[in-house]
Amino acid sequence: MNEVPVGNNDNCMNVIVCVKQIPDPATPGALDAGTKTLKRDGKLILDESDSYGVEMALQLVDAAGGGEVSLVSMAPNGEVSGMRTALAMGAAKGVLVSDPALQGSDALTTAKVLAAAVTKLGGADLIIAATESSDGYTGTVPEQMAEVLGLPSVTFAKKVVVDGGTLKVDRQTEEGYDEVTCTLPALISVTAGVVEPRYPSFKGIMAAKSKPIDTVTAADLGVTPAGWAGAGQEIVDIAQAETRAAGEIVEDDGEGFTKIVAFLENLKVI
Amino acid sequence: MTNVWVFAQEAAGAPTTGTLELLTKARALGTVTAFVGGDASGMAATLGEFGAVQVYATGDLAGKLPGVAVSAAMKAVIDGGDSPDVILFPQNYEGRDVMSRLSVKLDRTVITNNTDITVEGDSVSVTTPIFGGNTLVTTKFSGAAPYLAAFRPKSFAAEAAGGSAAAVVAAPVPELGATGGATVTAVHVEATTGPKLDEATVVVSGGRGLGEADKYAMVETLAKLLKGAPGASRAIVDAGWVPYSYQVGQTGKVVKPGVYIAAGISGATQHMVGMKGAKNIIAINKDKEAPIFGIADLGIVGDVHKVLPKLIEALQARG
Repeated sequence: MNEVPVGNNDNCMNVIVCVKQIPDPATPGALDAGTKTLKRDGKLILDESDSYGVEMALQLVDAAGGGEVSLVSMAPNGEVSGMRTALAMGAAKGVLVSDPALQGSDALTTAKVLAAAVTKLGGADLIIAATESSDGYTGTVPEQMAEVLGLPSVTFAKKVVVDGGTLKVDRQTEEGYDEVTCTLPALISVTAGVVEPRYPSFKGIMAAKSKPIDTVTAADLGVTPAGWAGAGQEIVDIAQAETRAAGEIVEDDGEGFTKIVAFLENLKVI
Repeated sequence: MTNVWVFAQEAAGAPTTGTLELLTKARALGTVTAFVGGDASGMAATLGEFGAVQVYATGDLAGKLPGVAVSAAMKAVIDGGDSPDVILFPQNYEGRDVMSRLSVKLDRTVITNNTDITVEGDSVSVTTPIFGGNTLVTTKFSGAAPYLAAFRPKSFAAEAAGGSAAAVVAAPVPELGATGGATVTAVHVEATTGPKLDEATVVVSGGRGLGEADKYAMVETLAKLLKGAPGASRAIVDAGWVPYSYQVGQTGKVVKPGVYIAAGISGATQHMVGMKGAKNIIAINKDKEAPIFGIADLGIVGDVHKVLPKLIEALQARG
């Protein structure tokens, strides 16, 4: 799984990584009572899923012998702390789209916005995203971005190698994996564990503070936000799900296993 | 009458269980058309039995990925005049990818991770569980159809209706241009012995509480003894102890076995979403505050390294 990609003939590979800045998953999620969408007003951090994409990008550029890793992100309130983490890992620069008009955006709008940010950066040989975010887990933005940009895509990439201007990917499937080749430029979404993300060094953290992040609005990108009304969906109800009650809980005194045996016997499993 | 499409998938020449689940739900909503990436002739009878009146088939995809090929074929059919009111997709790799590209082609929103759908006249609403399944959000589609929705496995029960074979209509994949740049060159099927994880009546899962990768062998042994399938929490999959295909949870497989045994799993909400539908849950964990005990029918607060070997020994002794 820690395969270092080799063999790019071009000596240069530019990669753009889509990174999401999300509320810390350790804190419980909450819905804003008014808008009924996920609250994103506290501290936002780099989605762990995206650390794999950033690491993959850094390794590919390294293997190519030149080029750089840029970031695109869409976040409220001019939030950049998650992007700084990725810059500290070694990315060179980023574009942040932050705009109150984008509040409540659905996945399709997000994809259009991020695609526009990619275009603003002049495109890249490869665009990398996670398969889904750790807070919303809609899981469609990467493929939607590929369609907006008119690019081929390989989702669920668990191993990525660039070989002479062609991408060679092991793509995870329900039954195992497929080997896929893809022309560049392309977009891929990567699975957790595709590479081992590096910890930013102290030097990297200090350098990150002065790396450029261009903050833009939707209008700057020429995207008209659909806003709440145009989102195409409307939340009509929020309810508590039926909860499941606990049964018998016992401390193991060395004979706890006998309770399991009896339980299974009772169910005629054994 | 509501015009419903179902993105139908095939395994070993037959429609997948997930496809049959969606078809069953679809026929409760309106007239059903299946859409297959590939050759549908071998499946037309079964698709019809489960309610599809008609099936569009792209024919062999020639190595193209379904996301780009099937979405293009769907768009061509829609542009040709057959535009559905709602399209149901399975929440899996290909279902998500096809829905994603189609949503851009049609400029329509997507709603994923749903467990239910209601149609009342022109109004279509879907329900999705969030925050580990404790909260249910119902969302109504607004604007023009087609509405695109993806559903978690096992949201609906599959039931045959006894209909006659679906009529097969060709829906070829148009020119893909640059978007068609990806080609599948080899397919690897991971050989598994024993029942498939998401179909097994008994699942034994291991988590971080096992301590190290070697200890997972106890889970495999126990699963085999009970003629079940081994599963895993995301933590040990991310740590590389077992392949991703073992993962149970929000971003893994949803399982609804008769018995689910969780060994060394604390019960993070994203794991519980994948297994709280199990009929009977047994949990072994040394932390009595572990959230898994909140849903376990039988909980043993103890060390998995002590409980599992004794359990395995006792079961082996029974022969």
